[in-house]
Amino acid sequence: MSEKKRSKKKIMTAAVVTAFVLVTLWLLQCLLVPKYASAVVEGNLIAEYYKEEKDHDVLFIGDCEVYENFVPAVLWENYGINSYIRGSAQQLIWQSYYLLEDALRYEKPDVVVFNVLSMQYNEPQREAYNRMSLEGMKWSMSKVNAIKASMTEEEHFLDYVFPILRYHSRITELTGEDVKYLFSRPQVSYNGYYMRVDSKPAENVPDGRKLSNYRFGDNAYDYLDRITQLCADNDIELILVKAPSLYPYWYEEWEEQMEEYAAEHGLKYINFLELIGECGLDFSTDTYDAGLHLNLWGAIKITDYLGEVLRRDCGLEDRRGQEHLAEVWEQKLEDYYAEIARQKELYGVK
Amino acid sequence: MLFTSYEFMIFVLVTAVLYYLVPKRFQWCLLLAADYVFYAIAGAAYLPFILITTISAYLAGMKLRSMKRRQEQYLAEHKAQMNREEKKAYKAVEKKKQWRWLLLTLLLNLGILAVLKYTNFTIANINSLLHTFGSGGRISPVDFVLPLGISFYTFQTLGYIIDVYRGKYEAETHFFKFALFVSFFPQLVQGPISRFDALSKSLFAEHRFDAVTVSRGLQRILWGYFKKMVIADRMLVAVNALIQNPDTYQGAYVFAGMLFYALELYADFTGGIDITIGIAEMLGIRVAENFHRPYFSKNIKEYWNRWHITMGTWFTDYIFYPISVCQPMLNLSKFSRKHLGDALGKRVPVYLSSFVVWFTTGIWHGASWNFIVWGLGNFVVIMISQELEPLYRRFHGRFPQAKEKWGFRAFQVLRTVLLMSSLRMFDCYRDVPLTFRMFGTMFTRWNWGEMFRGGLMGLGLAGKDYFILLAGLVILIVVSLLQRTGGVRERIAAKPVWIRTFVWYGLFLAVLLFGAYGVGYDASQFIYNQF
Repeated sequence: MSEKKRSKKKIMTAAVVTAFVLVTLWLLQCLLVPKYASAVVEGNLIAEYYKEEKDHDVLFIGDCEVYENFVPAVLWENYGINSYIRGSAQQLIWQSYYLLEDALRYEKPDVVVFNVLSMQYNEPQREAYNRMSLEGMKWSMSKVNAIKASMTEEEHFLDYVFPILRYHSRITELTGEDVKYLFSRPQVSYNGYYMRVDSKPAENVPDGRKLSNYRFGDNAYDYLDRITQLCADNDIELILVKAPSLYPYWYEEWEEQMEEYAAEHGLKYINFLELIGECGLDFSTDTYDAGLHLNLWGAIKITDYLGEVLRRDCGLEDRRGQEHLAEVWEQKLEDYYAEIARQKELYGVK
Repeated sequence: MLFTSYEFMIFVLVTAVLYYLVPKRFQWCLLLAADYVFYAIAGAAYLPFILITTISAYLAGMKLRSMKRRQEQYLAEHKAQMNREEKKAYKAVEKKKQWRWLLLTLLLNLGILAVLKYTNFTIANINSLLHTFGSGGRISPVDFVLPLGISFYTFQTLGYIIDVYRGKYEAETHFFKFALFVSFFPQLVQGPISRFDALSKSLFAEHRFDAVTVSRGLQRILWGYFKKMVIADRMLVAVNALIQNPDTYQGAYVFAGMLFYALELYADFTGGIDITIGIAEMLGIRVAENFHRPYFSKNIKEYWNRWHITMGTWFTDYIFYPISVCQPMLNLSKFSRKHLGDALGKRVPVYLSSFVVWFTTGIWHGASWNFIVWGLGNFVVIMISQELEPLYRRFHGRFPQAKEKWGFRAFQVLRTVLLMSSLRMFDCYRDVPLTFRMFGTMFTRWNWGEMFRGGLMGLGLAGKDYFILLAGLVILIVVSLLQRTGGVRERIAAKPVWIRTFVWYGLFLAVLLFGAYGVGYDASQFIYNQF
C-alpha cells in the first residue's frame, strides 16, 4: 500500500472512531439524563417553553407558586390573554431573572408577573432544584450566568455542560422510561401550568417559626432590581404577586418589605393571601396538598381575578379574534380539557 | 486540586498542549511554571516550605560540588608531593567538611518535616505522660500547615544531596532545573520518590510530540483513573462504614474490612502512581515504577521489594546501609559475634538496622502510634520470617516439588496478602489498642452468617456496587496476570483498530459511568497525599 493510501486510511479510521465515540457518548447522555416524565415532572417545565410560538402578552416567572397557581388557559378562555409560565420548583430569584432575560431574546410581552416568595433565598440552595430550573434552558449567556449564580459548593459548571458527568451513576437505575423518552419528552404542562385536580384540605397549617432576621438579602434585592430594570428597559409592565399558598409562611415583615419596594418603584403588587375571600378560595377544596399549592379549581379562581386586573389595569386586549392564535389555543384547550378529564378519572373527582 | 478533579484534568491537558507548543528549549521552563502554579493552587502557604528545601539543597549541592572540585584539583596539583597516608588524611579532613554541609542540610530539612508533621504528636505524648503521672498541666496543640507531599519532596531532595555527597553524581548547577526536579507536579502529591540521576535526564530533555508516546501516557492515566475511581473510591464507602463504627462492626466484618481496605489502598495508591507515570509519559518523561504486582508476592520481604518500591529503596540506601556500616554498628557486630556466636551475632546489627528502618518507615507514614506499630509489625514479621528460614529450607529439602506446585504458590500469595492486610489494620482504627481489640474479634465473634445475610448491604454499598467492585477486581487480577508475561499496552497496541478502540473506549466508559465521582460522592483524597 502506498504511503498516501496508508495515511488516507489512517485519517478515515480516526474519523470513524471519533464519530463513533462522539455518537455513543451523546446517546449515552440522552439515555442517562432524567426524563421527568412520570415522576417529578417539574424538571420538564422550563424546556417546554422553546416549543411555543413566542407571542405572549404575559409571562409569569417564579417558583411553584406560579406554575401551580395560575392557569394560562383560563386567561385565554375568559380574557383572550395569551400567557406563559416560566417557572420551576424552588426557582430562585436569579434563575427567574435569567429565564426572563432568556425569554426576551425571543419575545417582548406586555406584562411580566413575578411571584415574590423566592425573595426569601439569598444564596444557592439545592442542586436537585437547580438542575430542574437550569437544564431545560437553551444555551446562551443567560444560561451560563444562571448556572454560575446558582451553583452550590458541590456543583461544577462542567456537569451542566456535559450532563453525563452528573448523571453517570444512573446507569444502574435505568428504566423503560429512559429508553422511551430518549429523544423527546412528553408534554407535562399547559403553557407552563402544572395541573392537579384532586383535593386535600388545608388543616392545622403551622405558623411560621421565628426568624433571626426578616430582612430579605442583598442578593435577592439585587436581582429584584435587575428584574425591575430589565422590564423597564423593555417597556414591560412588571406586576409583583404573592400567590395564596398557606405554606411556606409569608411573614408580615416580608409583606411590608414588598409593599415598600413596590411603592418605591411604582409597581403593582398583589398579595393573594389578602384576597382569599374576594377570590372565593376555599382551602378545604381548592388545594391538593393541604395549602401549599392550589389545585385547578383554586387556581382558576385566582387566575380569573388576575385576568380582570390585566384587562382593566394593564389594558391588555382580547385576542380571541385573532385567527391563528385562536387555532393554536383551540388545540391547547383540547389537550387541557382532556387532561382534566383524565385526572378526574384518575383521582375520582366529580 | 485533586487528581480526580476536573480542574486537575484540565490543568494536565493545558500543560501538555503548551508543553508541545512552546519551543523545545523552553519545555522544562513551562513544566517548572506548571509545578508552581499547581502547588500554589494547592495552598499558597505551602510555597515557602518547598522553596526553603529547594534553595537549601541547591546551595548545599553547589557547595559540595565546589569542595569536591577543589579537593580533586588540590590532589592533582600535589600528586607528586603527597604520599598515600597524606592523601588519605587530606581526604578525611575534606570529607568531614563536606559532611558538615550535608548534616546542616539534613537537619534543616528533616527539622522542617519534623516540626510540621510531628510536633502535635510529640505534644500529645507529653500530655499523655503528664496525665499518667497525675500532673494537671497540658500543652496545647499547634496549628501548623502540612505542605502537600512534604514527605515525598523532602526525601527526594535529601536523596539527591546524599548522592552528591557520596559522589554518585555531580550537583545540578542550574537552580531552576533543580527546582523542577524537586517540584515536578505529577509526583509531588504521592511520589514516587525519584532519584536525580534517573529522572533528570528525561525531565530536562527536549521532547518532540509523538502521538504514540502521548497515547501510551493517556492509556496509563486512564488505567489509573479506573483503579482509583471505579474501585478505590467505591470501596472507600464500605471501608469508612466499617472502621468508623467499631462497636457495630466486629468479627467477620473486621475481616471483610481488612480485605476491603487492602484492596482500596492498592487500587488508590497504584491508581495514583499510574496517573503520575502516565502524565510524565505523555510528556516524554520517565518516572520510576513504584509497584510490581505486590499482592502476588510469596513472602513479606518480596512484598516490600514490590510495594512502594522507591520508598523501600530510599530507606535501604539512605538509612539501612549507612547504619549497617557505621562505626558503632561495626563495633556492635564484633561484640555480638564474640559473645553470641557467629550465627546469631552477625544478625544483631542487621536486625538493629532493620528496626531503625521500619520505625522510620512507620513514622514517615504518619505521626501516630498506629503507624509506628505498623512499621514495627512489619519488622517483627520479617525478622520471624528470617529466623524461620532454616525451617523453610528443611521443608523444601524434604518436599522439593512443593515450590513448583500451583497450590503451594497460591498458599504463599494468600498468606502474604493476609499478613500484610492484618498489619494494614493499624492504618484503619483510631488507636493501637482498638486495632488489637478489633483484630481479636475476628476470632471471638462468629457472625459470618449475619454479614452475608444482608449485613454487607448496610455499609453504604448496594448489590450493584459490589457487582461493579467484583468486576473491577476481576479486571485488575486479569491485567496483573497478563503483566507477568509482558506489557499489556503493547499487546493491545498490536491488535486491530476495532479491538484497540473497544478496549480503551470501554475502559474510558467504565470510568465515566461507574466511577465514584461528582455530586453525591465524597471527593476522596488519595490516601498517600499527606504522607
